[in-house]
Amino acid sequence: MEHALDITLTVNGVQVSRRVAPRTHLVDFLRDELGLTGSHIGCEHGVCGACTLRVNGAIVRGCLMLAVQADGCKVDTIEGLSDSGELKDLQKAFHEKNALQCGFCTPGMLMAAQDLVLKNQKPTRDEIREHISGNYCRCTGYQAIVDAIEDVIQTKVTHGKG
Amino acid sequence: MKAPSFAYAKPRSLPEALQLLERPGSKVLAGGQSLIPTLNMRLSSPELLVDITGLPGFSDIDSSEKTVRIGALTTHAQIEASAEIAQQVPLLAAAVKHVAHPAIRNRGTLGGSLALADPAAEYPAVALALQATIVIASGKGERRVKAEDFFKGLFETDLKANEILVAVEFPTGGRSAFFELARRQGDYAIIGLAAHESRFVFFNAGPTPVLAKNASKEKSLDKAKEALKKDLDPPADLYNSSATKLHLAGVLLERAWNTLSTSR
Repeated sequence: MEHALDITLTVNGVQVSRRVAPRTHLVDFLRDELGLTGSHIGCEHGVCGACTLRVNGAIVRGCLMLAVQADGCKVDTIEGLSDSGELKDLQKAFHEKNALQCGFCTPGMLMAAQDLVLKNQKPTRDEIREHISGNYCRCTGYQAIVDAIEDVIQTKVTHGKG
Repeated sequence: MKAPSFAYAKPRSLPEALQLLERPGSKVLAGGQSLIPTLNMRLSSPELLVDITGLPGFSDIDSSEKTVRIGALTTHAQIEASAEIAQQVPLLAAAVKHVAHPAIRNRGTLGGSLALADPAAEYPAVALALQATIVIASGKGERRVKAEDFFKGLFETDLKANEILVAVEFPTGGRSAFFELARRQGDYAIIGLAAHESRFVFFNAGPTPVLAKNASKEKSLDKAKEALKKDLDPPADLYNSSATKLHLAGVLLERAWNTLSTSR
């Protein structure tokens, strides 16, 4: 019934406790309270995917989850995945294939792409597009992004990495 | 935009949740994938959100010989991953692939989708096609409502403000087919069809899922397509006229007809 609640969660491996208003979205909490501005805010109603985060191992929209709902959860952001080296293959491929477009969607794209990489399947290009369909924004095409994701998954499958 | 201010409670038991819902201005929060956008856009301004995701046993999938009972908090991702659902309620398994995108499927729930009753959503049409039973709890106990009596109008259901959708019972067996046309994978449907045996239920074709009564009675495809004109009067949207949607409904009917007549 409170209008401010105490929450404790683990963000990128670090335990944090804060008092938050229930109306605060998880992505606003991460950006404003913790200074983790890598997760972008685009549409704020679940359409663009720029705020994609990982909560307890599953990707979610940071703007469609309240910070209070993340109490007790393990949250990973683009900063955490980048610092741990988990994203290094995707980052390298995005760089090499120039898969950035305007760049605003990139953090969310990488989070969604890594989710697909972790599934350990051999997706077709159509299936890759399906998986990142929730991250389309104002640019079009996404060819280079699909190329980069395909490249990482193919390399992983061929070399049996990961 | 940011959501307006509201209070928040996360009850740990059903009686506690039902008690909280007696307060004026309270609203159930499940996966939040439709409610939170409406809060962000300030289309709704509840005073208290009752987060039911902590209620135990609400995401169980129990199958018996004739029905599969799926807890209201079962997420789209859990439905997608369930071998039991794929085998026993294939229509639901086919529909879930069209529900939004992976990040949304990880949080959005079966109960939330049915309770919202978006006319463009997949599950209400599946529930109506399969003649599912919706299980609802209130302070007075439990009641069961047939899908055909549950969907009342645009975003309007039989669910009262102090009730909670607990589970859905889907009958098993029978042939089914699911088709949806959308501009982009995961977008809301232009028009869609959930078909089970001879029941053809269209979505985004009216304020609620629409059972095509006349078409469902016909024995030949041509007659069924003709009968569709009597069954449907789909509202136009930004991109498609009513006539276009009616034409597309016929296209989906033909696809479903061919699928059903060639499957076991």
